[in-house]
Amino acid sequence: MFGACLIPFGQLLYNGYQGDLGVNPIETITRFTGSWALIILYVSLCITPLRRLTGWTDLIKFRRMLGLFAFFYALLHFSTFLVLDHFFDFDRIAKDILKRPYVTVGFTGFVLMIPLAVTSTAKMIRRLGKRWQQLHRLVYLVGIAGVIHFYWLVKSDIRRPVQYGAVLAVLLGYRLVKYLLPSGVPRLFQRGTSLKTTAE
Amino acid sequence: MLIKKPNDIKSSEITPPELYLNRRQFIKSASATTLSAGAALAGFDLFQPAPQAYALAKLPDVKKSSYSTTEKQNSLKDITSYNNFYELGVDKGDPARNAKYLTTRPWTVAIEGEVKKPKTYDIDDIMKLAPLEERIYRLRCVEAWSMVIPWIGFPLSALINQVEPTGNAKFIQFVTLLDPKRMPGQQRSLFGNVLDWPYVEGLRMDEAMHPLTILSVGLYSEVLPSQNGAPVRLVVPWKYGFKSIKSIVKVRFVEKQPATAWSLQTPSEYGFYSNVNPEVDHPRWSQATERRIGEFLRRKTLMFNGYGDQVASLYKGMDLRKLY
Repeated sequence: MFGACLIPFGQLLYNGYQGDLGVNPIETITRFTGSWALIILYVSLCITPLRRLTGWTDLIKFRRMLGLFAFFYALLHFSTFLVLDHFFDFDRIAKDILKRPYVTVGFTGFVLMIPLAVTSTAKMIRRLGKRWQQLHRLVYLVGIAGVIHFYWLVKSDIRRPVQYGAVLAVLLGYRLVKYLLPSGVPRLFQRGTSLKTTAE
Repeated sequence: MLIKKPNDIKSSEITPPELYLNRRQFIKSASATTLSAGAALAGFDLFQPAPQAYALAKLPDVKKSSYSTTEKQNSLKDITSYNNFYELGVDKGDPARNAKYLTTRPWTVAIEGEVKKPKTYDIDDIMKLAPLEERIYRLRCVEAWSMVIPWIGFPLSALINQVEPTGNAKFIQFVTLLDPKRMPGQQRSLFGNVLDWPYVEGLRMDEAMHPLTILSVGLYSEVLPSQNGAPVRLVVPWKYGFKSIKSIVKVRFVEKQPATAWSLQTPSEYGFYSNVNPEVDHPRWSQATERRIGEFLRRKTLMFNGYGDQVASLYKGMDLRKLY
């Protein structure tokens, strides 16, 4: 999984080294890192439903790594904006963040990821206890911010942001259903012999 | 990574497309199958191969023009592989990949409306309508990037004078080809159309008659590649790129300000005039700076894309914030 998450980064480095990032390399890097941040974030949001639907509890081991990789690509994305796109023109960057809703919401999503990344260590999980889970529900907001960011920046072809939004809607919808239904979402495959739905 | 070249070397003398394509092909076969697999699954196609190049006819006897800029020109590769031409696809690389569908013969351009001599021109007559000139212009896209492009064409006024507009002709509307077979981007999709087809654009008569406004039929001493709007397109260098409508089949002289594609799509974001203006931002992004393709640092966007001396007088007394 670790290696798989590094493939896009490797591809970016390889194509960059080959001088093969297209006519507008900064735009290419921006779009590439932004898309992969979202994709990996959504994969990380698949873990809990998949674990529950399949009963394959070991999946949880990948969740933190996926979350951190989503942060890694978001950090690359933000750094591209900061360094390559605006080259530390902080005046303009500040204006963009304040005045441009798509930048505001994207930046908000990125900032919300920081506490999640910082508290991802085993020590912090232990120290925060129940509050850790509450804090990490922020990831839902991050996912929503990411889609809105994408949707607001396209000129007229909304297909891809809508696709991302649909995936996110399923992932968040699952959690909503689970929250609303007291008995929870039934499992497809049960570990053990009981076929009864177990309540969470 | 970008191919830099001085102005006096023809593009055809450097970077033979076959060599470059072969290299791309090799890299693609070596890497893409494995590395791009994930990207493809994610519906993400930034690293698709370059389009097939095909030989384009040379345009002889092209005059130089004093309207040309001496700025460093973008390479033929830049100009022909990074295009906004939604009729051939919405990604910047799509038009080059789909260029093969847009055949440009036979082709006619119908002149209609408020003119004394309406006429349907064959494209080959358009090519001979006036002496061809090279016009090296800055092109500023509304998306805040820019290029310097050596167009070949002639002033639109040459065509206008031939058809003799009536006193009622206050505006001109231009219409792009509507043909989903030759323009796959016009085929209906699940999400509806990105724009209403056919693409339409318009100019006020004085803008259309301005000597900077040209009909372009070529690029870098060759006929226009399909992805750049072959066989004939408008170039209005002081306006955002989308005003310079591609693959024109109809020119209609009208009395009322005509509808234009992007202002039909999102009236709050795109107006009729769409003059390059660093002080009037797009509602969602700044227009104060731009990235010249091939440069690292952004540069300041110039009023009327640097053509203010020639065109500012057209807009005297107009509030360009309201008439964006």
